[in-house]
Amino acid sequence: MDFSYTEEQQMLQDSVQKFVQKSYDFGTRNAILASDDGYSIENWQLFAELGWLTVPFSEADGGFGGSAVDLIVMMEEFGKANLVEPFMPTAILGGGLVAALGADTQKAELLPRVMDGSLQLACAYAESTSRFNLASVTTSAESEADSLVINGSKIAVLNGPGADKLLVVARESGATADNAGISVFLVDSESEGVSIQAYTNVDGKKAARIDFDSVTVPAAQRLGEAGGALAALQAVIDRAIVATSAEAVGALEALLQKTVEYSKTRKQFGTAIGTFQALQHRMADMFIECQLARSIVIMAAMKLDSSEGELEKTKSVSAAKSRVGRAIRKVGQEAIQIHGGIGMTEELDVGHLFKRVTAIDVMFGDADYHTERFASI
Amino acid sequence: MNADFTTEELAFQDEVRDFLESEFPAEFRAKLDVSQRLSKDELVRWQKILYQKGWAAPSWPEEYGGTGWTQIQRYIFATEMGLIGAPEPVAFGMKMVAPILMTFGSDEQKQRFLPDILESNVWWCQGYSEPNAGSDLASLKTTAMRDGDEYIVNGAKTWNTYGQYADWIFCLVRTDNTVKKQEGISFLLIDMKSPGITLKPIVLIDGHPEVNEVFFDDVRVPMGNLIGEENKGWTYAKLLLTHERSNIAGVPRGKRRLRALKRIAKDTDDGFGGNMLGNASFSNKLTDIEIQLQALEYSELRTLAALSVGKAPGPESSILKVVGTELAQEMDELFVDLAGYHCLPFVPEQFEDGFQGVQLGPGNSAAAALTYFNNRKLSIFGGSNEIQRNIISKHVLGL
Repeated sequence: MDFSYTEEQQMLQDSVQKFVQKSYDFGTRNAILASDDGYSIENWQLFAELGWLTVPFSEADGGFGGSAVDLIVMMEEFGKANLVEPFMPTAILGGGLVAALGADTQKAELLPRVMDGSLQLACAYAESTSRFNLASVTTSAESEADSLVINGSKIAVLNGPGADKLLVVARESGATADNAGISVFLVDSESEGVSIQAYTNVDGKKAARIDFDSVTVPAAQRLGEAGGALAALQAVIDRAIVATSAEAVGALEALLQKTVEYSKTRKQFGTAIGTFQALQHRMADMFIECQLARSIVIMAAMKLDSSEGELEKTKSVSAAKSRVGRAIRKVGQEAIQIHGGIGMTEELDVGHLFKRVTAIDVMFGDADYHTERFASI
Repeated sequence: MNADFTTEELAFQDEVRDFLESEFPAEFRAKLDVSQRLSKDELVRWQKILYQKGWAAPSWPEEYGGTGWTQIQRYIFATEMGLIGAPEPVAFGMKMVAPILMTFGSDEQKQRFLPDILESNVWWCQGYSEPNAGSDLASLKTTAMRDGDEYIVNGAKTWNTYGQYADWIFCLVRTDNTVKKQEGISFLLIDMKSPGITLKPIVLIDGHPEVNEVFFDDVRVPMGNLIGEENKGWTYAKLLLTHERSNIAGVPRGKRRLRALKRIAKDTDDGFGGNMLGNASFSNKLTDIEIQLQALEYSELRTLAALSVGKAPGPESSILKVVGTELAQEMDELFVDLAGYHCLPFVPEQFEDGFQGVQLGPGNSAAAALTYFNNRKLSIFGGSNEIQRNIISKHVLGL
């Protein structure tokens, strides 16, 4: 038994830490968020040069290896810095779907461009009434000669405004919540009939609601078998869940560390507030939450990399998302409370981390949803 | 033992209900239903409607234009207001500075300030907290030095709510540096238009500049604006803090939000063909809150019964502050739970007057996360919940 990182993982962690220390302080991050793109294209190119964009992909696909443990090493560091570049939507979700479902020709066309930083992707799966059920799809794709015509609406499309191509989940057959009948299509953002309503999320990231009005897509733009995409979609989202949960662990540890530091310097009643036992115990509880969250994310990542069955993997992913969700509420709220008023302002990074972890809590299903999913397997 | 209202009290309840039903403007109700804020003008308009009816100041004695109501009547009025969501008067004038003026102000000060507060002609804000004096308020450093028949005020106040709308600010200032910190504080009224005052908005994590820093740079204040005696301000302020805690339980508002949660849950798809009211995890949490709200309501009624036989509000009111605010925050979490992905868009403009943008999610789902963020303040302000627990351990449990 050994929970230490490999030499390569250690190097990956060092590489992210060095970048963050050198060029990603709070002020720089906020300036990047405030820019039109909402992320730094220079940084994205640098990530490509550093090889980070290859991390989610297998060696066969030209990547670093694609292990979930590699991913969480990176994502935790991203979380500590509250990094805003669209790594998750483009490399993990979009790239992941292409890798999981695409034919060799599709992979050969797209994956090198994801890894060299020249292609931005977004995955349009959620709908207004689907809540967190990936099988609940009303957006339709109807055959017409060699093409399909897509109609419907997608919400919460991360990186939607900046994506060159969209991976659109649509139903070719069956009823709204059937497992069969769901396909994934590659759609150019510029296609006729695609209208993108861009907005900013509570954590500052760009997202969109995207409407598809009779969007015609050649059948060759379908990824994988007609109507058979759900299992792969689920597996890709499960990986994204573990990755974002690791990001949350990094962010929660940053919140804890900042809270402890603040409590040592903030003086009230003539003494640092960190000397009050009532607050000490609460920070000790925050620490316990962080450690349990980290443990369960490591567990889920290790299971994903193992030869366990799909059900066992899915179950561990839901365990992680559920437990991390509870840690998010507890640690996030306590960090604000112990900081007091100043923790509620835009001026301090604490509030920004709180908003980011709150968004992660919702993404791909909240704690309650994953507790139920765990129990149902 | 009984918790019933008398026949007269029930008749009064009907009167209040009828009045609110017909006089609380429908357009205000519509805005509040979609979590929009009322503007200053709208709040003033509502306050003037109450003034016309003679109900502007439920907690004031009749001699100052108050209603002269009993504690129970005031409770009934506050409950009915909360149930339909009608805003209480902005507290700074009506509930905070006015009691101080009535108790410690001179006749001249009472005549000068109270009628305009009653009629909502003048808007007040509070100058208490400082960057280094939060929970430890008495360590405040803003100074007022005597110069002839004026004070010269220097320093900075923070967490000043709605200072951008205010005509006047009431401040705690240090007038003696040589004595124990509580004994060198005075209570001063300052015209916000005085030269040397600047305001810097503080944007909170919900994107709204609800609070400000207020800077005082050689601000000249006439001696006549001192309340009571110099260096007695801390005693006066302590009285005011007791007033700040009344109605803090927020039971009626809680009931209204509980109803909203049930309604929204019923309209929210669970993704599997049912709705969220039928979701066991959600429904259990909702039920826990409903039960906790009942325990809180009866705790408040017990406090009220004690008050109505003339007992002073004791440290037990800390229970109402702690439980009321934490329950409100739990409800914020349930609104986030229900909204799911729909709570993610960040559109703070939607709370502003005249917002014409496109609605991104159903109902007021896009307000859920922002309200959750904003209401983290509830357990911080008005004496943080840590301070309330200190009060309970010291003054109730004798620890």
